[in-house]
Amino acid sequence: MHIMEGFLPLYWCVFWFAVSLPFIAYGIYLLNRLVREQRDTLPLLAVSGAFIFVLSSLKMPSVTGSCSHPTGTGLSAIMFGPFLTSVLGMIVLLYQALFLAHGGLSTLGANVFSMAIAGPIAGYWIYRAGKAVRLNTFVAVFLAAAFADLITYVVTSLQLALAFPAATGGISASFAAFAVIFAITQIPLAIIEGVIIALTFKYIIQSRPDILIRLNVLTPEQVKKIQESFA
Amino acid sequence: MKYTLEIIAVVTILVFAGIFLVQNAELQKNLKPGEEAWGGADNNAAKVIESTGYTPWMQPFWEPPSSEIATLFFCLQAALGSLVIGYFFGYYRGKADGAKVK
Repeated sequence: MHIMEGFLPLYWCVFWFAVSLPFIAYGIYLLNRLVREQRDTLPLLAVSGAFIFVLSSLKMPSVTGSCSHPTGTGLSAIMFGPFLTSVLGMIVLLYQALFLAHGGLSTLGANVFSMAIAGPIAGYWIYRAGKAVRLNTFVAVFLAAAFADLITYVVTSLQLALAFPAATGGISASFAAFAVIFAITQIPLAIIEGVIIALTFKYIIQSRPDILIRLNVLTPEQVKKIQESFA
Repeated sequence: MKYTLEIIAVVTILVFAGIFLVQNAELQKNLKPGEEAWGGADNNAAKVIESTGYTPWMQPFWEPPSSEIATLFFCLQAALGSLVIGYFFGYYRGKADGAKVK
């Protein structure tokens, strides 16, 4: 999903920076508050950030014959919400832009918006909706993580389509072309990512259910039911 | 079921690997000399953009000089992440065991 350095016209770079900035600013504010008031959640925040590090470094082959990577943002979106996730995602994107020439500084705003904001927002709301209709927790986590991944690539396709409308067919034709490159490639990877994050979520429930309850991710009844089912 | 999720994860990865092997065999047969399959989706998108006549207005100020060096940084990224994940899961596990002993 990385839009490479210089591959967006300047005004689109500025536009996406402007859109991403409020999310990052509020995310940093929330991060400061978390550090002051809920220090015992920090290990889980570190683990979610680490997950983005690991999963976004893995380039995996997909059915379209090209390689892409998962995003790993679902876990943190579910536990800490989209704003904190946007800060974690930006750190990873900055690392890749600086050391790997993967993505870029000029396109950082656009890449932060797709991977660290749009994807996590989708994941967060899918998990919340799943919880509201009492969907099985692991199915909800799977869907949230898989769609956080997939939506990221749909948004990247959209960003490129807006900046480079096709000569014939305009934005929609060029969106279709980019979606084939990004979004279709991503479907199998999103499924794997969803499964892996659901599995990790089980281990987190087993380790620190108290924190998940306090972060309002799970109710005490849900935790009790899940722990019984794995006993 | 205690290990349902673990089993699902392993099966998913095996299916994924299986599809890759079958498809790879197919792709390799039709490859022209000098051509390489399994390129990055990011690069494919860049090619589409360049084919419209667009030239990027900014170059990365530093690029890994070879794919080996790029691998180094990707591995470093994964290793750092794994270290943090392993450390805290181990820490929680040890803490839980310690609480039982007391």
